[in-house]
Amino acid sequence: MAAIARLESVSRRYGEVLALDDATLDVGEAEILGLLGPNGAGKTTVMSLLRGLIRPTEGRVELFGRDPREHTSRTALGVTPQETALPPTLRVAEVIDFVGAHYPDRVGPRELAERFGFGELLRRQTGALSGGQRRRLSVALAFVGRPRLVLLDEPTTGLDVDGRRELWDAIRSQRGQGATVVVTSHYLEEIEALAERVVVMSEGRIVADDALGSILGMVGERWAVLESPRAAEIAVLPEVVGARVDGERLELSLSDSDSFVRTLVASGLPFTSLQLRGATLEEAFLSIVNGATR
Amino acid sequence: MTAIRLGVVHTRYLLLETVRVPIAIIGALVFPALSFLFFVVPQRAVAEDPVLATQAIIQLSVFAVLANGLFGYGLSISQARETPWDPYVRSLPVPASARILGQVLSTGTIGFLAVIPVIVIGVIATAATATPGGVVLGLVALALTSLPFAFIGISIGYGMPSKAAIAVVQVIMFGLAFAGGLFLPPVLFPDWLDAISRALPSRQAREIVIWAVQGGDVPVLELVGIIVWTLALGVLAIVLYRRDEGRRFR
Repeated sequence: MAAIARLESVSRRYGEVLALDDATLDVGEAEILGLLGPNGAGKTTVMSLLRGLIRPTEGRVELFGRDPREHTSRTALGVTPQETALPPTLRVAEVIDFVGAHYPDRVGPRELAERFGFGELLRRQTGALSGGQRRRLSVALAFVGRPRLVLLDEPTTGLDVDGRRELWDAIRSQRGQGATVVVTSHYLEEIEALAERVVVMSEGRIVADDALGSILGMVGERWAVLESPRAAEIAVLPEVVGARVDGERLELSLSDSDSFVRTLVASGLPFTSLQLRGATLEEAFLSIVNGATR
Repeated sequence: MTAIRLGVVHTRYLLLETVRVPIAIIGALVFPALSFLFFVVPQRAVAEDPVLATQAIIQLSVFAVLANGLFGYGLSISQARETPWDPYVRSLPVPASARILGQVLSTGTIGFLAVIPVIVIGVIATAATATPGGVVLGLVALALTSLPFAFIGISIGYGMPSKAAIAVVQVIMFGLAFAGGLFLPPVLFPDWLDAISRALPSRQAREIVIWAVQGGDVPVLELVGIIVWTLALGVLAIVLYRRDEGRRFR
């Protein structure tokens, strides 16, 4: 599998802040790669390096085997503007025309609009569009030049559930035409819906890089909160992976929540106010980060 | 070739954006015309002398192009760099030269429009005269000598945030305009000021355009001076564009 984009031991500082810390990453042909991480993890820095907007402080960035800061390396790259960024006085068809003029082989405004479901808006000024419509136009712009690699930075933030699903479908159908997609998100759900391979970032480092299934296994942990006068005995039950005891109050991370409940009831230990929940993304990151350093 | 084709595309869309908010153009059109109306027309000694009146038109035309260049490039670029649309356009496959060409042609068009009211008022309200050939040569000279002002504006635009750019643009604009003899004719200058004035691109532009319109000795020193300014500032503009990574945070 040939890498169409790669980061080789790349670090990037903004003054004192180390935004990206010795990251190495290969993006292969025709895959959807999800970059998952909380805000400030370094996802946008990775995207900006691949777009040629910033240069690395250390290390090497390659796009189609060349320096992304050279404009000719970007002819097969598709990126999205933030939806708030569209020039408000230009019409939708004009924006598509303007962006399309930069590519040797482009999709016409009408065809692009049909594919992304805004065919009736071509004559509108972008300032008159709703947030969701602007978001769809922004994502569509990444595909106007029939790119081999598409970078989507938080593509559906701020969309309602229906809008999000529609946009995911549109992105997946583009992927079917042979484009590679790198998508960042801090929603696990979005990465689940789109990505085949997932890279998890935290505090500027790549802490996991694996197939979607394995990553979901790592973040699929369950947590329990309960109260008991015999907290210490509950904390050592076999399904408990980690525990925090605060007087009578217990916070537990569990390997298997169903089996934990059965064992707890069978043990006859007293307890009240039992709550079970999935790990939040933050907790999941923590467990991956800890796992990586352990 | 690609750079020129894309430069034209960028020009078209920049003008389209500007024209849809017409108040921006009106500012550029009105200021030099008003200056002419208030400072030149009432001074009958100047207005009734064909040579001096023509020079006054030329001075304020150079001023129109200077002000438009500094504001048009300096402010619009520094403001654009603070919106997220600019980094998006930067990451399109477009060479720096095409974006700069687009900015030069679109702002240049508006600069040319700003000169028209000055000339019209001058022809109607003063004794200014020029041959048709002189007018054409003068406009060509005006366009060419506007390049250093464009590059100053572009350098300011890429070199500093918009709030700083507003202040710096005004200081440089009035400095170049006064010291360059665009408001008061340089014959009134003391020797020391005249010496400084001759080294400035605004003064050089004034002398070159006057020569193009009215003839006389070839202003060799001014021509050499403005070519040096144009090259040096052009290099500065390109270096600052390349170095730019969008808005800086600390």
